[in-house]
Amino acid sequence: MAKIKGDIVINVERCKGCEVCIAACPTSVIAMSKEVNGKGYHFAMKVNDTCTGCINCALVCPDGVITVYRAKITTE
Amino acid sequence: MEDQVTKIDIRKDENIVYKRTDLLVDRPLSYCPGCGHGVVHRMLMETLEEMDIQDKTIGVSPVGCSVLAYDFMNIDMLGAAHGRAPALATAIKRLWPERFVFTYQGDGDLAAIGTAETIHACNRGENFVIIFINNGIYGMTGGQMAPTTLPGMRSSTSPYGRDVATMGHPLKITELIAQLPGTYYVTRQAVHTPNHVRRTKKALRKAFENQKRNTGISFIEVVSNCNSGWKMTPVQSNKWMEDNMFPFYPLGDIKVDGQLVPKKETAEKE
Ligand code: SF4
Ligand code: SF4
Repeated sequence: MAKIKGDIVINVERCKGCEVCIAACPTSVIAMSKEVNGKGYHFAMKVNDTCTGCINCALVCPDGVITVYRAKITTE
Repeated sequence: MEDQVTKIDIRKDENIVYKRTDLLVDRPLSYCPGCGHGVVHRMLMETLEEMDIQDKTIGVSPVGCSVLAYDFMNIDMLGAAHGRAPALATAIKRLWPERFVFTYQGDGDLAAIGTAETIHACNRGENFVIIFINNGIYGMTGGQMAPTTLPGMRSSTSPYGRDVATMGHPLKITELIAQLPGTYYVTRQAVHTPNHVRRTKKALRKAFENQKRNTGISFIEVVSNCNSGWKMTPVQSNKWMEDNMFPFYPLGDIKVDGQLVPKKETAEKE
């Protein structure tokens, strides 16, 4: 069966920890880290493997730090 | 740590469906976390890229938080004196009529010190695009009251809230310039949710397409947040904006193809 799978990569050092992306994600993929990046911000990170590649998070991210991937994968 | 949750690796170049455009210079934006400026910058650059007009476009940056817009947008830009962006854009467009010209201004720049330039450029029907970011406050200088500050809204110079009896009323400059014959497309948008971002981008596309046909001014207001100036978290400020800014500054088209949109259709239903 073919299904659509998405994935995101967050440029952690450029993330400012605003949390706007979290509300934008319909499948609760993103949460904030406990650690901080070089600028001292808690950064967004992927905590679920349910991404559909809808690009919502990347659209609202003010700093444009999210890259989104989408592919059709075949599973048995 | 992120990778632990990824079970099937699809991170290949051919699977990229969204990434930051190269028309934004690869350096961190100077804006506060959660500020709408970054999204508008990106949508603007994506629009130019999709129309393939980036090397024919000249932008004019303002004074205010986005004074450094020329540091982030990888296109030809000029910085105008405070409020004078529409005057400068007028000169550029008249000297180079085949270039695409836009101004990018905040509410202090466009609706306070630059009111005369804004209104007269709109009234003359110059052929450029005005992008107006309205966050109801002077963000860059420390959150002072702006012409667009809401009644009752607190700022560093109206600490008990804007009292319209002594401080005057907020200026709905977008509705004002929509009345002028020189404006062709006037719309009010937002960028705090994915759908609003998509709509703003459509509006930008429409504005630059209009400029191709020399229709007169296309004016896009983006109601945005200033979480630092409003003293809230970014997420709280977006909620506050929905609850307080949107009722006063309703989203939607105000004038399309030179025709005012009837009032009841202007208010956008969410
Ligand atoms: S692309 Fe869509 S589903 Fe994936 S993390 Fe972003 S918002 Fe969530
Ligand atoms: S929206 Fe962007 S900057 Fe804000 S927390 Fe998410 S990834 Fe970081």
